[in-house]
Amino acid sequence: MPTDQKSNDSTPVVQIQGLTKSYRVYQKKEGLAASLRGLFHREYREVKAVRGIDLAVKQGEFVAFLGPNGAGKTTTLKLLSGVINPTSGEAKVMGYVPWKRENAYRRRFALVMGQKNQLWWDLPAQESFRLHQQIYRIDNVSFERTRDELTELLEIRELLKQPVRELSLGERMKMELTAALLHSPDVLFLDEPTIGLDVVAQHNIQQFLKHYQAERHITILLTSHYMKDVAALCKRVVIIAQGRIEYDGSLSGIIDSFSGHKIVTLQFAEDDAMKELERFGQVLETVPPRVKLRIPRADVPRTLAAILSQHVIEDVVVEDPPLEEVIADAFARARSDQDERDGAAEDQVAEAELPS
Amino acid sequence: MYARAATWWTILRICLEERLVYRGDFALGTLMRFLPIVTQIFLWHAVFQASGRTELAGYAEPHVVAYYLLTMLSRAFSSMPGLASGITQQIREGEVKKFLIQPVDMLGFLLLGRIAHKVAYYSVAFLPFALVFFLCRGYFADLPPEAATHSITTFAAFLATLVMGFVLGYFLEASLGLVGFWWLEVRSLLFVYMLLSFFLSGHMFPLDMLPEPWRSIVNVLPLQYLAYFPAAVFLGKITGPELLQGLCVEFSWMLFLLSRLA
Repeated sequence: MPTDQKSNDSTPVVQIQGLTKSYRVYQKKEGLAASLRGLFHREYREVKAVRGIDLAVKQGEFVAFLGPNGAGKTTTLKLLSGVINPTSGEAKVMGYVPWKRENAYRRRFALVMGQKNQLWWDLPAQESFRLHQQIYRIDNVSFERTRDELTELLEIRELLKQPVRELSLGERMKMELTAALLHSPDVLFLDEPTIGLDVVAQHNIQQFLKHYQAERHITILLTSHYMKDVAALCKRVVIIAQGRIEYDGSLSGIIDSFSGHKIVTLQFAEDDAMKELERFGQVLETVPPRVKLRIPRADVPRTLAAILSQHVIEDVVVEDPPLEEVIADAFARARSDQDERDGAAEDQVAEAELPS
Repeated sequence: MYARAATWWTILRICLEERLVYRGDFALGTLMRFLPIVTQIFLWHAVFQASGRTELAGYAEPHVVAYYLLTMLSRAFSSMPGLASGITQQIREGEVKKFLIQPVDMLGFLLLGRIAHKVAYYSVAFLPFALVFFLCRGYFADLPPEAATHSITTFAAFLATLVMGFVLGYFLEASLGLVGFWWLEVRSLLFVYMLLSFFLSGHMFPLDMLPEPWRSIVNVLPLQYLAYFPAAVFLGKITGPELLQGLCVEFSWMLFLLSRLA
């Protein structure tokens, strides 16, 4: 049964179990001959976009999906909004199975994709908004109140009468957001909402989302490539790579679980020789009198003591590596793990095919 | 019920507004429709002269021209330029997603869009159409008493075939567009359909000129209702039980497509 999320805050709003989605993709070799062969016989490869995801999101959470291109983030959002059917697994959002596409569910969520346009291209946005009012059956009073509030917050009030095609990308994105929020959805899926926007527009949209979410306490799932979006908005981060969840926790926790190193910057005294530093750790950068070292986290105290006893140091800074780097490392590791798993699976198949 | 009507009205209104954005393109597209009829008049004049006869397969020369004028009118109802290709393009580009996530039915929405399309078209094309028919009134002389020029019943039947032709044309094209969910590229399929429909709807020549077995094949297909049937009804070629049967078959096709798609 569909649930009324306001009645019970502890039940998850989004619940996913073992969700998988595979596509069959035509594999064509290079060249005309291969194209001709492809007319009669085609080789398909199964692409596993999502490989068994389990996730529970509570009411009022703002969750970010991080992952490289093709990791399965958008596919997951498409599954949750019922645009595509899964290969296997289960998902429920507010008690509804998304791919049944019930109107009752469709009235309670919204999906915004940064790269897709839902407004009428040749008409002013206010016409599209009126249409949404009718489609979602919003009464006049609340429609006008919500519209005015949203357009005020996003500073797009003057643009309502301008054809959508004549808006800038940032302005259009704000219109898209307004259209998606007119029916006050309880769950919002955002796929790259700030893609292609300049820094100011990105910041505006972040601020708006932050304010809106804090005020309405709705549940938001966001995918983004911009760390700034994620850092500004989401307490909980889910890293998806190769169609699997590799991490689920806080943003700061990512560094603890994926990076075993610290970056130590040392400023030497002028008369110090700065020799044989390689034995303390990997030298990243040398700009005398400064040196940047990468040191295994567990060794930091011991190594620092050793350096201090042998050199004259004027200043020390110990930092975590940049988040982007840590995440890039995590993606790369997930990829090589997956390649190994695939390799092992192929070996097994090969062995099974060998005559005994 | 009221809420649904309000939704329909809003969709209709917005589609109309959209239609009127590009005035030049709209006016040109509306008027260009009349050009082919001139070539048809010359072509059939040559055909009749070459054959040396005054009647071909039951059609006197003026009535062939009248037939073309009438198919032009019925095609103004049943043709759906850009519907199927528009749907497949929306599928290819992912825009179709909005119909999947919003509580709105895609085919219903597009149907209202088409109605708006047609309303805008007729309101502009009414005068030129009336003018052309007035100038060509000579071709409608000497029709049998069953023709719509003499019988109000036939005229009512003719109007019914036009409206049903619109619905049928819509659902035929829309279902072709939906093939795009399975085949990403349907342009060649659409081309084949257009070619078939050009010949088998009666757009090219009156279908009762066809020999057997083609005549019977065309009879079981829904395509004849897009152009031939309304024109033949108007000219009094199809009367009595035959007319009733034709209307029933057309209605059944409409219900069939509706039940498959809606």
